[in-house]
Amino acid sequence: MAGAGLEVHRLTKRFGGFMALHEVSIAVKPGERFGLIGPNGSGKTTLINCVSGSLPVDGGRIVFDGREITSLPAHRRTRLGLVRSFQIPKPFGSMTVLENLDIPLEYAAHERSDAADADAMEILRAIGLESKAHLRPAGLTQIEMRKLELARAMAARPRLLISDEAMAGLSHAEVDDILAILFGLNERGITIIMIEHIMRAVMRFSERIVVLDAGERIAEGTPDEIVRNPDVERAYLGE
Amino acid sequence: MRRIWILLAVALVVVGLGILLAALRVNPYVYFAGYVILQYVVIATAWNILGGYAGYVNFGTPAFFALGAYTAVFLVQTVRPPLPVLILAGGLVSALLGLGIGYLTLRLRGVFFSIATLALSIVLQTVIINWEFVGGSRGLSVIRPSGPPFGNYVTFLFTVMVGLAVVSVLVARFIERSWIGRGLAALRDNEEAAECMGVPTLRLKLFATTVSGFLLGVAGAPFPYYVTFVEPNSAFALDYAVNALAMPMIGGTNSWVGPVIGAVLLGTAQQLATVTISSEMNLFIVGVVLVAFVVLAPEGILGLVRRLRGR
Repeated sequence: MAGAGLEVHRLTKRFGGFMALHEVSIAVKPGERFGLIGPNGSGKTTLINCVSGSLPVDGGRIVFDGREITSLPAHRRTRLGLVRSFQIPKPFGSMTVLENLDIPLEYAAHERSDAADADAMEILRAIGLESKAHLRPAGLTQIEMRKLELARAMAARPRLLISDEAMAGLSHAEVDDILAILFGLNERGITIIMIEHIMRAVMRFSERIVVLDAGERIAEGTPDEIVRNPDVERAYLGE
Repeated sequence: MRRIWILLAVALVVVGLGILLAALRVNPYVYFAGYVILQYVVIATAWNILGGYAGYVNFGTPAFFALGAYTAVFLVQTVRPPLPVLILAGGLVSALLGLGIGYLTLRLRGVFFSIATLALSIVLQTVIINWEFVGGSRGLSVIRPSGPPFGNYVTFLFTVMVGLAVVSVLVARFIERSWIGRGLAALRDNEEAAECMGVPTLRLKLFATTVSGFLLGVAGAPFPYYVTFVEPNSAFALDYAVNALAMPMIGGTNSWVGPVIGAVLLGTAQQLATVTISSEMNLFIVGVVLVAFVVLAPEGILGLVRRLRGR
């Protein structure tokens, strides 16, 4: 399935008097590897929550694959192929790893329940969780939990995948592991938005990067341009 | 397909046994107690569809049960339709209330939802107390229709309850094994993640609250004919709220069998305590057993069995 593009027009989100996002616009092309960075509290996760439908917006428009989705509930966006993973893994604790994948296969990809198990197993094999298929998520390690989070997102058959800090707290080798998975997905045509604090990973992965600071977009460019941008340096390090 | 036939056969056998027991005319108390236990099978099963499968703990069981009962009282006072109509009407009115609390889940989760359902029960009881037509606070005598289809009226109602219990359990089992049950389990585990994985959480929650409400109303509708005197304190009794929650917890909330086991064990224990010790011992037993289970076997009897088999 081909990747899909995403356009966010002048998105605004307030929490009471606090302006979390102020007229933020981004445009992600189909099949692109897109990085979203910014200091803590800059509004990255809020932006993702608005795009995925977990939070209602206070202004602006969201267009996915040429279709306006601003007021669509989250599960409908997922069914269209706009899928996110969570920063803090949120597995379905009462189910096995395999059953965790059956949910999106059945609900988002509309597979029959008897076919779902085989496909779930295939995804687990691709991501390296095959041997844990029949364990409960509570028995997984941190890296396995992150992989489950990604595997479950893959089971929703994304055309655009938003990976929200999938690598925070992982070791060097584990980061490479996750990166390889994301590169692999992108090669199959899936658009990927990566939100990450690990600069080494974002810089290597992204074709284009947007930087948020205090709810506003302060820079956009290739990884090289971003590294040399004085505004970005100021946002991260101060004056 | 074959499993469905086996299931239906088992259901028919249970109903058949109920009719047989009704025809045997043993000590009348057996039917009286049996009715209460079966009523609890319906209530616990209904509660578990929302509380166990979807994870929304409803403290307002008396509201739904009494709404079913008072719908029946209202109809008996006006048009006096046959019993099946009363049961259906009681179920439908409670289902509407269920749909209403389903929309509450948009804003209220976890303990706040539970508090709201508890408040709902109190509000509804106040309304009934002030509604003279259905008896107000003094209550109302309900005259049973003359000439039940077979036996006397208590054995007849007992048989009806056997049927209702079987239907409720079949409904719960169907939900649990279907895509609906899997979706409810996902939203119980993590509502945000479920929604983001394509599960229409609101629609499933509305379904669960409506079906649960319907079955609770169904359990309450024959109540006026059973007790023949309905008053708010017995229809809105705390026992329903506590038992509806305790029985599935003791049996196990993850499967349709759990509430059945819990209702039969706890219901029987309560009936025995009522005749042998005192009627006040009812809730005491529930309390002690519930605390013991929450501490020692949080997954109920089914969880205990699974753990013993696993080792």
